[in-house]
Amino acid sequence: MAVEQPPAGEQTRIHNIGYRSYDGPRLGRAYARRSLYSQSLRGAWGLGRSAKSKVLPMLLLVVMCVPAAIMVAVTVATKAKDLPVDYTRYAIIMQAVISLYIASQAPQAVSRDLRFKTVPLYFSRPIETADYVRAKYAALSSALFILTAAPLLVLYIGALLAKLDFADQTKGFAEGLVSVALLSLLFAGIGLVIAAVTPRRGFGIAAVIAVLVISYGAVSTLQAIADAQGTTGAIPWIGLFSPITLIDGVQSAFLGATSAAPGGIAPGTAAGIVHVLVVVGLVAAAYGLLLRRYRKVGL
Amino acid sequence: MCRAAAPAGMRHRHRTRVGPCAVIRRRTSPRTSARQERSRTARARASPRVPVILETDTETALRSDDRRGPRHYRRRVTVIATESLSKRYPRVTALDRLSVDIGPGVTGLVGANGAGKSTLIKILLGLSPATEGRAEVLGHDVATEGAAVRERVGYMPEHDCLPPDVSATEFVVHMARMSGLPPAAARERTADTLRHVGLYEERYRPIGGYSTGMKQRVKLAQALVHDPQLVFLDEPTNGLDPVGRDEMLGLIRRVHRDFGISVLVTSHLLGELERTCDHVVVIDGGRLLRSSSTTDFTRTTTTLAIEVTDSDEHPDGTRAVREALRARGVPTEDGTGLPGAGHVLLLTAEGEETYDLVRDVIADLGLGLVRMEQRRHRISEVFRDGDQTHGEHGGELDGQHKEAVGHGG
Repeated sequence: MAVEQPPAGEQTRIHNIGYRSYDGPRLGRAYARRSLYSQSLRGAWGLGRSAKSKVLPMLLLVVMCVPAAIMVAVTVATKAKDLPVDYTRYAIIMQAVISLYIASQAPQAVSRDLRFKTVPLYFSRPIETADYVRAKYAALSSALFILTAAPLLVLYIGALLAKLDFADQTKGFAEGLVSVALLSLLFAGIGLVIAAVTPRRGFGIAAVIAVLVISYGAVSTLQAIADAQGTTGAIPWIGLFSPITLIDGVQSAFLGATSAAPGGIAPGTAAGIVHVLVVVGLVAAAYGLLLRRYRKVGL
Repeated sequence: MCRAAAPAGMRHRHRTRVGPCAVIRRRTSPRTSARQERSRTARARASPRVPVILETDTETALRSDDRRGPRHYRRRVTVIATESLSKRYPRVTALDRLSVDIGPGVTGLVGANGAGKSTLIKILLGLSPATEGRAEVLGHDVATEGAAVRERVGYMPEHDCLPPDVSATEFVVHMARMSGLPPAAARERTADTLRHVGLYEERYRPIGGYSTGMKQRVKLAQALVHDPQLVFLDEPTNGLDPVGRDEMLGLIRRVHRDFGISVLVTSHLLGELERTCDHVVVIDGGRLLRSSSTTDFTRTTTTLAIEVTDSDEHPDGTRAVREALRARGVPTEDGTGLPGAGHVLLLTAEGEETYDLVRDVIADLGLGLVRMEQRRHRISEVFRDGDQTHGEHGGELDGQHKEAVGHGG
């Protein structure tokens, strides 16, 4: 720090620092978008927020990982030849936890800004609607990916410790990661669209849970009926109508997973392609709806 | 220095500008170009070990900065320019061919609720397209260069906009980063700005527990944190008690005088803005009613109020001063009906020399000067005189200022 030279012999001077203007760099839109992304991602895990808001996400992460750790312990202890559960299957089994997480954190990510009317402050800065939506979407997807990929990582490390076949495990792990990445995008999109409609956090949570649970309940019931009646060809197509069965369809068609649907019927290639298209369409629709929503919110 | 013209090489450090007497520079980047090196040799450098006490007395800041002109616009004349700007919604016309040029300084935008103030700000921020006409802010067209405008302006909304569960510091740091400030600079500027708006220890507590006055300060801080060249303050005194109102108005004045940031402040109370603004734009029903400089109609006859002490020699100091002034040919009036009547002298200041005269007279008498302040006309009176058809604007404000000023004559 350089100051004007004080007169000789006078070693202490009082400076009035008044107002200091800022002539440093202004990093613009992309940087602002990244800042919003990292703030939202941290927020989704309760970091930078009150201690209370850290409890639920951290608890859910532990709940996600503990079964994986137990499976690893069992595999190592019993010297089994394979993990008790496939990488791709894990998220399907734990879908309740994932749904809870998305239901609690999607409203946190967007309803808060709407409720406390912070949105106009964002849009009075260089970022545009699209930057806000992208940052929020990316942040929630990343948070969800962390939640779903962490137990897979536990399984993978455990499998390597148990000296299971390296190539086989790595392939399974990679397939699992692709599957949970898709799942994260899809769930984050659905959660955000629902949460962005209402400034009330409670409504948001209830609505997200309702959509995920009711759609899964209805679809799995119909699939069970179809299975009982022997119309197994319809099972993959029914799966199109709930997010988790959709992901299940995609991964059993293309990612080497065994279908969790009743009867274990995997969609064929055609049905699989439709599943993928529907996932992509839903993600795009969620993005489009969010853009439209925030165009309106504006100031 | 106009920032837009700053050479790129000078951008990787802050320049801390202080009053006219002291310059403290801090380098944030180890890279220093030869140009900067040369420019710095012009200044003597002190040993970094010299203890530096940073004084933050705002009074001193006010004094030392009084003579400094606005920082950014010494050459630029117009900050906001609109040209037959209209905004029509299916049922209402929010703005109707509004053409106005606003220069640097504090400008008041006055109008009743629904007069189009907030709509104008939205358009000026580039967030809402105008139906017709065009607008420029800081030389950027708002329709095509909205992002450039928003990088250089700050905005304080009328409504609540603060999340209750984070601290003021965290919130303002985040907003600084959203304006493009790097993390370290964002933290530093946040601490500075919160201090300037008068938030100290409480800035680490969650905003939910703040009073309305403190929340308004946080809102102001987030608008100033990125050191904009212009801020839009939408009804900043809303919901404040009279003391809070005065503090906020003083703060707004400082934003321009000390920080060199031009201000566009809206209010539906005309009287509130007259002490604060250099210029007042009155709109009604989306139309421009009047745009004039406050000094235009209040400076010509400034009323001075003086209060002096008594001494043994002059047991009634007020009378002694009155007589001495009359001897010099300056008539005075006692401020009947004003607070402190009997001890306050009112006289008309013709110019600088009147101040000098008063000072000399009081010094010659050996009295102490308790206060000497300007009492300007209220704008409301001026509007009532000059604009009979819109007398209701003046009338609305009369109740607030019962202090009828009888200026010397």
